[in-house]
Amino acid sequence: MSGVRVLVGTRKGAFILTSDGKREKWDVTGPHLGGWEIYHLKGSPVDPNRLYASQSSGWFGQQIQRSNDGGKTWEPVGNKFVYDGVPGTHQWYDGTPHPWEFKRVWHLEPSLNDPDTVYAGVEDAALFRTTDGGQTWQELSGLREHGSGPRWSPGAGGMCLHTILIDPSRPQRMYIAISAAGAFRTDNAGKTWQPINRGLKSQHIPDPTADVGHCVHRIAMHRARPAVLFMQKHWDVMRSDNAGESWEEVSGNLPTDFGFPIDVHAHEPETIYVVPITSDSEHYPPEGKLRVYRSRTGGNEWEALTKGLPQRDCYVNVLRDAMAVDSLDKCGVYFGTTGGQVYASADAGDSWAPIVRDLPAVASVEVQTLP
Amino acid sequence: MIRVELPAHLRTLARVNGEVTLDVTGQATQRSVLDALEARYPMLRGTIRDHVTQQRRPFLRFFACQEDLSHEPPDAPLPDQVACGKEPFLIIGAIAGG
Repeated sequence: MSGVRVLVGTRKGAFILTSDGKREKWDVTGPHLGGWEIYHLKGSPVDPNRLYASQSSGWFGQQIQRSNDGGKTWEPVGNKFVYDGVPGTHQWYDGTPHPWEFKRVWHLEPSLNDPDTVYAGVEDAALFRTTDGGQTWQELSGLREHGSGPRWSPGAGGMCLHTILIDPSRPQRMYIAISAAGAFRTDNAGKTWQPINRGLKSQHIPDPTADVGHCVHRIAMHRARPAVLFMQKHWDVMRSDNAGESWEEVSGNLPTDFGFPIDVHAHEPETIYVVPITSDSEHYPPEGKLRVYRSRTGGNEWEALTKGLPQRDCYVNVLRDAMAVDSLDKCGVYFGTTGGQVYASADAGDSWAPIVRDLPAVASVEVQTLP
Repeated sequence: MIRVELPAHLRTLARVNGEVTLDVTGQATQRSVLDALEARYPMLRGTIRDHVTQQRRPFLRFFACQEDLSHEPPDAPLPDQVACGKEPFLIIGAIAGG
């Protein structure tokens, strides 16, 4: 019987939650790499037992850990992330130039066809790649050097490259997103990039419709329709039907269109999920009610999913990398909170139950559907 | 023989228990000790000093013989008691909560 493995990154280590296809009973292991911040861990689509984890610490810097046995054991691999050439400056919070400085890896995206190739999104924003299983990392500097870099600025969490999407139908095409610069696309495997932010409006920048400077929180796509993108921005939920050439707002009847994660149902490309958060200065659900919102129409028309989720006195946040779906039927949906809960729905969001309640604050959730 | 005491997280990373002992060729300095440490335990590269600048990471300090050596030049000789192995070279992480 098929099963799922949920990979959870937290402020104090990684946890691995496994279940069979029913997704009712769970085995929990961890903390792996205990005491370190695990911003993200993810498995290779072509070798599910090959996992990569971003492990970091304010004291000791960045580590990358690799597992070849589905997370039972780990080995440190290369942790040298050096920008190409003289990296120059970006904008600091006050608008003054600030030198590019590597801080940590936010997101690891394994290649769709080679377990030794992985992309890393880092703070200060840049994209790196390894082709030797994490031993060495090289910057794809065409992104940082494409011209608008001096106008990028950090969001409150830092100037991070947090989203990497690889187009399964055109491997030369990738999308990335940076807070706060916006979304970018390459059509030649990372050599050159173009900003894809037309249609975004952000009141926190001098020109609300500028080509860069937008605080994009997350982008999602469905594998079967990779030119359709969904975005949770700082404010606004957006949609593009042309590979990011233009965007339209699809916030519709959401109680608030601020939030962090967004994801797409595994089998229904028009079914999407967000977790509305009160505001940019109040990072908790409106009215203390933790509600996932689902649209079955690709946006605009949203329904609250509440069954099994706390509907009073709940003031957790759900971070941008902390939602994922499995590919079982029915589609499973998972998210983790800053309060340490990981919730799972085995029926596409109709009902929810916590797998665990008391982990450290959850930074990321990924799901592997196992044969 | 030089004795080095690592913070707990770096002992875990390097998979060692207790003190590390190192043979250092030439004069014992911060640089030669850290070079020897990183050669024996490559996973510690970048955790104590920056990969490129070789500067000590800001939340770490170097102590030995009841003295703070953090701001000594990297090529300054370490105290004789450290060089002969009577006292350990201590790598200390900043005390902080959370």
